[in-house]
Amino acid sequence: MERKKALNIAVCVKHIPDPNLPGELDGQRLKRAGVQGVLDPGDEFGVEAGLQLKEAHGGEVTLISMGPAVALEAVRRGLSMGADKGVLVSDDALAGADALTTARVLAAAIAKAGPFDLVIAGVESTDGYTGTMPSSLAEFLGLPQLTFVKSLEGAEGSIRVNRQTVEGYHVVESPLPALISVTAGVNEPRYASFKGIMAAKKKPVEQWSLADLELSSDDVTVNQSVTNIGKAEERQAGEVVEDDGSGAARIADFLKEAKVI
Amino acid sequence: MSVDPVDFLGIDRLLTNEERMIRDTARKFVRDRILPGIEKWFEAGEFPLEIAPEIGELGLLGMHLEGYGCAGTNATSYGLACLELEAGDSGFRSFVSVQGSLVMFPIHAYGSDEQKQQWLPRMAAGEAIGCFGLTEPDRGSDPANMRTTARRDGDDWILNGNKMWITNGSIADVAIVWAQTDEGVRGFLVPKGTKGFTTRDIHRKLSLRASVTSELIFDDARLPGDALLPGVQGMRGPLSCLTEARFGIIFGAMGAARACYECALEYSKTREQFGQPIGAFQLTQEKLVNMLLELNKGSLLALHLGRIKDEGLITPQHVSLGKLNNVREALAIAREARTILGANGITLEYPVIRHSNNLESVLTYEGTSEIHTLILGQAITGLPAFGGNA
Ligand SMILES: Cc1cc2nc3c(=O)[nH]c(=O)nc-3n(C[C@H](O)[C@H](O)[C@H](O)COP(=O)(O)OP(=O)(O)OC[C@H]3O[C@@H](n4cnc5c(N)ncnc54)[C@H](O)[C@@H]3O)c2cc1C
Repeated sequence: MERKKALNIAVCVKHIPDPNLPGELDGQRLKRAGVQGVLDPGDEFGVEAGLQLKEAHGGEVTLISMGPAVALEAVRRGLSMGADKGVLVSDDALAGADALTTARVLAAAIAKAGPFDLVIAGVESTDGYTGTMPSSLAEFLGLPQLTFVKSLEGAEGSIRVNRQTVEGYHVVESPLPALISVTAGVNEPRYASFKGIMAAKKKPVEQWSLADLELSSDDVTVNQSVTNIGKAEERQAGEVVEDDGSGAARIADFLKEAKVI
Repeated sequence: MSVDPVDFLGIDRLLTNEERMIRDTARKFVRDRILPGIEKWFEAGEFPLEIAPEIGELGLLGMHLEGYGCAGTNATSYGLACLELEAGDSGFRSFVSVQGSLVMFPIHAYGSDEQKQQWLPRMAAGEAIGCFGLTEPDRGSDPANMRTTARRDGDDWILNGNKMWITNGSIADVAIVWAQTDEGVRGFLVPKGTKGFTTRDIHRKLSLRASVTSELIFDDARLPGDALLPGVQGMRGPLSCLTEARFGIIFGAMGAARACYECALEYSKTREQFGQPIGAFQLTQEKLVNMLLELNKGSLLALHLGRIKDEGLITPQHVSLGKLNNVREALAIAREARTILGANGITLEYPVIRHSNNLESVLTYEGTSEIHTLILGQAITGLPAFGGNA
């Protein structure tokens, strides 16, 4: 049997306030302290993608997270799905970090925990929705980035993905190492089985401070500030169409207009 | 301040991260795999056996047992999983209770190594199903006076008698059957297909319809000597299993209650009469608030009992208190929720009447509310009031 090269995979995971609860503001920021947190549901797709590649090619999945000590819960959740180990970067100086700072810190953690063949992130977090972190991270790591991945296929030394666009998708291939950001729907994240949850307790998680990454608080100074917070636009009432027999055609037209079909 | 209308007291915060993950996994499974089909299964009166391996893969079966492919969680986690399952349907919780607490537990606690190896891994995976035969047509609340007998014949045992109301009876690959012997009550593992052992399903149930209930008939069924559960003798055997299963019901009942309360609350905010949502009427609010009180109190009680079980301090009387209170209150919540839904409350389009009907069984099985009252009455007065020779 041909021996495949095992993939060493890093998956970025974030601990966020449970998006099913009504969010609250703490000044100009989302309130996090004392709020029930979860593994960002968007990151479950990244973990699943990593696990599927590992199952197909062999290798290891390492979860990388930045956040306060409670963020360990999100790491454990990913471990209970089947990831092998975790890294959590926690430091008081990181409170209120923006997307750019996060990318800088995660890049340092990935460099220290690696080398990795593939880095996986969700396209955007379900709390901040900045959507810039994966690209910044790829830049810091000097990796090619394949963003908005809606399906993927790993091969020996390379990865091929379908990249979601407004019109449809692009097929993009890159040599490894590389970074991909995955959309919701790239796969069906597995349940964390009870055995997986019990096993996760015993899996290794490294906890690093900024000093461990040889970063100082100057490296993580936030230059961005939120100046105003407004209400999202109310959703408009939908259009009601009576079906006079042409309903199906009207729906098809509507979907074409929206470029869905 | 934002209010959680269900977990009003923030009981969730008292759970460990691991317990929360287990709860979330069970909840997701119920949402994805049980809720979409439950109306159909309930109406058709069938249990979807094909889901059993999925329940096994999740790790729900025998989840609080150690080894043999079991997840080895704490008791509180087992309770939380029961709660989520029963928020789906009591039939599924019953399936898991029987498999894990009434069949796998005694094999694990009292079985021989061979019995454990033979049954536990396959049962944990949902590949083999078990049932628990204690109740008889003429002996329900008073199982100590059971009539089923097992008589020695050389190395073998000959089993005679009938067991009634047995969950999973006809779908089980193995039945744990309790019978009178010269040495008092003993347990036997009776595989499906044993000569002289037949089953007959009980039909026309209006409760727990998504669950199989059968009669087990033993007519000179011959069992090898190693069918005996070696590790236990007397009523302690079956009663210890019941204590395990009843513990899960304390949580489970609150799941059914939660589903009914959530449904009624939502309905009360959207259904309008006399020009306003019915939730704006004081009478409706009183109903909802009473439900909220009992739901939160019952959930706290369940969690407390989970914690003392995990400490090894729980007694069967504690479990009686929990089962008596939480099933009684869950049934009251379900019935009250039904009134809020008006006519819609009697259809299968909404989960409420299904839960309400299911809870009638839950009130009766695993010790009726009367029997738990008597257990507690005896505990506090020292005076048994069961009558007869109990
Ligand atoms: C859906 C379903 C599934 C079941 N699954 C199983 C199973 O898997 N395995 C199993 O072994 N059994 C099972 N049972 C049986 C269940 O445990 C019995 O129905 C229960 O123990 C009550 O027995 P009974 O129905 O014979 O009622 P009875 O014991 O005849 O009781 C009738 C009434 O008399 C009351 N009563 C009895 N004695 C006293 C007393 N001393 N003082 C005051 N009141 C008293 C009872 O509380 C009840 O209200 C199941 C039952 C149902 C409905």
